[in-house]
Amino acid sequence: MPGIVSYGAYVPARRLQRLAVFSAVGWYSPAIMMMAMGERSLCNWDEDALSMSVEAARNCLRGLDKRRVDGVYLAGTTLPYADRQNAGIVAAALNLSSELAAVDFTGSQKAGISALIAGLQAVSSGERQSVLIAAGDRRPTRAGSFTELYFGDGAGALLLGEDPIAEYAGSYALAHDFVDHYRGADARYDYGWEERWVRDEGYAKIIPQAIAGLLKKLGWSAGEVAAFAYPCYFTGAHKAIAKKLGLQPGQAIDNFHNNLGETGCAHPLLQLIAALEKANPGDKVIVAGFGQGCDAAAFTVTERIAAAQARPGLSAALAHRVVEENYQKALAFTERIEVESGIRAEAPTQTALTVLWRKRKMLLGLVGGKCKACGTPQYPAQDICVNPACNAFHQLEDYEFAERPAVIKAFTGDLLAVTIEPPAVYGLVQFAGGGRMVADFTDCELHKLKVGQSMRMVFRKRYHDAERGFTGYFWKATPTGETAKGGA
Amino acid sequence: MATGIRDRVAILGMGCTRFGERWEAGAEELMVEAFEECLADAGVEKNEIQAAWLGTFFEEINVGKSALPLAMTLRLPRIPVTRVENFCSTGTEAFRGACYAVASGAYDICLALGVEKLKDTGYGGLPNSGSNAGSLTWLWLPNITAPGVFAMLAPAYSAKHGIEAKNVKEAMAHVSVNSHANGALNPKAHLRKPVTVDQVLNAPMVAHPLGLFDCCGVSDGAACAIVTTPEIAKARGKHDLISVKALQLSLSNGEELSFDNWDYDHFPTTERAALAAYKEAGIDDPRREISMMELHDCFSITELITYEDLHISPRGGAVKDVLDGFFARTGKGVPAQVDGGLKTFGHPIGASGLRMIYEMYLQLLGRAGDRQLDEPRMGLTHNLGGFPFMNVAAVTITGRYEG
Repeated sequence: MPGIVSYGAYVPARRLQRLAVFSAVGWYSPAIMMMAMGERSLCNWDEDALSMSVEAARNCLRGLDKRRVDGVYLAGTTLPYADRQNAGIVAAALNLSSELAAVDFTGSQKAGISALIAGLQAVSSGERQSVLIAAGDRRPTRAGSFTELYFGDGAGALLLGEDPIAEYAGSYALAHDFVDHYRGADARYDYGWEERWVRDEGYAKIIPQAIAGLLKKLGWSAGEVAAFAYPCYFTGAHKAIAKKLGLQPGQAIDNFHNNLGETGCAHPLLQLIAALEKANPGDKVIVAGFGQGCDAAAFTVTERIAAAQARPGLSAALAHRVVEENYQKALAFTERIEVESGIRAEAPTQTALTVLWRKRKMLLGLVGGKCKACGTPQYPAQDICVNPACNAFHQLEDYEFAERPAVIKAFTGDLLAVTIEPPAVYGLVQFAGGGRMVADFTDCELHKLKVGQSMRMVFRKRYHDAERGFTGYFWKATPTGETAKGGA
Repeated sequence: MATGIRDRVAILGMGCTRFGERWEAGAEELMVEAFEECLADAGVEKNEIQAAWLGTFFEEINVGKSALPLAMTLRLPRIPVTRVENFCSTGTEAFRGACYAVASGAYDICLALGVEKLKDTGYGGLPNSGSNAGSLTWLWLPNITAPGVFAMLAPAYSAKHGIEAKNVKEAMAHVSVNSHANGALNPKAHLRKPVTVDQVLNAPMVAHPLGLFDCCGVSDGAACAIVTTPEIAKARGKHDLISVKALQLSLSNGEELSFDNWDYDHFPTTERAALAAYKEAGIDDPRREISMMELHDCFSITELITYEDLHISPRGGAVKDVLDGFFARTGKGVPAQVDGGLKTFGHPIGASGLRMIYEMYLQLLGRAGDRQLDEPRMGLTHNLGGFPFMNVAAVTITGRYEG
């Protein structure tokens, strides 16, 4: 049986301290004092559900043959486009084959698990050979709301196919129009009903109902399942569900409220990754997604798990961490306060869709060229080779730069450039093996940078054209190792 | 084999406005101001001009497209007029067009005029082009500004030559102090206050490590030249002719941006244009033969590195030369930024190249007032347009006509 072949997690490095939120808005919303402990992940200003999903997918695919991927299922309720295939942007960023099925799963917090089950069914039927599941969310919240403290930002990815690390055992789906919260198509924020009702009539009943249904369908008992991964940002209720299912301590995977926050559609995927990270061959694992019902899937871990566990998972993503105590910054990054950016910021920002199509590999996939005549890697790829000793016409073949390490040749921190987080840091980076580019830097601290510093490339949101509703993406360089923001 | 235009073109007259925040004047009024001075100096009638070149860069925030703004503002008699734009080399490019037209024999008398009205934007600094930077370019080049991309030279230069960042920063400060000292003597300069090294070093940061006083100003201005052949100039009764010795341009070919043979520490284009200009002008040892220079000091670090690209200072030797006072107006070396440079004039882009030539012209004729150098023979002007990783370099040499 096919199943999960690989996993990848992504959590933005910033951890907003809940106490910092309370310190800033507690005067207005004293009740959030109850939740003012621990921390939640927070996107940098240039990150969103889609860019995080690409990073999780890169972590999932690294070292594997991505050319075999023939399906990309992307889940999230905060994806940038209502009508432009978001999964297709992910596929282009990963420079996957264009012969694949790109599908968006959205509209419910369980969409990540719905996508997973659909992918498992596709590979099980033989219809698809290698399906990438990615889910990411960056849910907007009002200042001083409980959800601002409950929610976090993050993304998870799973690769499905033959020779799995966790074999697919079956699934169970339950649909109830139980509206614990909703976000209208034209609304920015969630509208939620009373917590006590959501907790007692929603989570505590629907998740156990689905898991019980799945166990019954498979003929498994709860006691023989090593790990149950299900969301519930009410920590008490999360524990109560375990009790209701008759689980022993340790069987339920943490809800990661304390050090991550709930990451929307990505959350059960990240919990599943956490389970796989410490799983042993033969372990049974169940994952469930909650939202207007509950979708659940079951797996049996195989002996291939040991090799896969060398791959960084959720624990590595959580360890890449920098404390953020500046709540005003969180407000500015999410455009909940308007900062003065001056007339100079009023630049035209129309994206030529014809250019975007012609240069899709260059712009989304960071694909340059390598000259067949002289072997010179170069970015961007042009018709005539850049090597002055060559200058051959039409000899460049595709050459991917995204995974290549680089070093800084020159850099600056620019206080004039328009950015929500000055200074704008950018520079010239030189790739190992040849090729270079001038690039924006992100997640870095200017005073730690130096010429020769090691860098890697990351996929980020480049701009948002608010007038037209267009979000543009591109690649940036970020420090590796000890200089990385939040690095060890 | 072509050998260039050395001594085939003479400057008949020049004009230059006061540079600054010219709230009372638009590009049109600035053009007329420079042109009136130039006409009087040249001693020609407006309708004797047979062809003209207009240089302006940010046409979208001042005159708009085409050469019509020059033709219509000066009421030129339906002659051919061409607008040129080549980043910060725009003014020199206009001059080059007029000189080549005369040298080719196509026309006897030509006008080159550069103008830029920058202060109609509502903010300091240059405009942010956004998607107007190019439909592809803006989708991938980083969120750059001019100070930012030039600031990147400093750490790369330090790393290349093993010179500590603070020593480079100090030399940069001396570069700006020199320009301010000279600009203080120039009634047409925008900024006329001398500054100290400490002031420069302690100024607010613009783009690390460039502080406010490492950056040139933003101002309005226009400058122009009327050119002809030395023979015609003489026939019209002109003595003490100033002739064009060399006019060279070099543009990046993408190697700096995409090939691996450049360390972001110098300008290969400037070096190429300079060597070609020295050959055209018959100069063997520029450090001894160049009497004075106006360099493209958009930022102090640009000027510092340009000393080396011009082969005035040896590679890695500019810091020492600067600290030795080699470029001071009153020193024993090659005075640089005698008029105050972009630093104190500001940089109305289309006008700057011609403004630099204007200072050479005044100095060579002994008309530079308080700034007058002792018997200069050869003046070099330099522009560097664009970004260190893709740019347009121009080198012009003017001197006394000795034919």
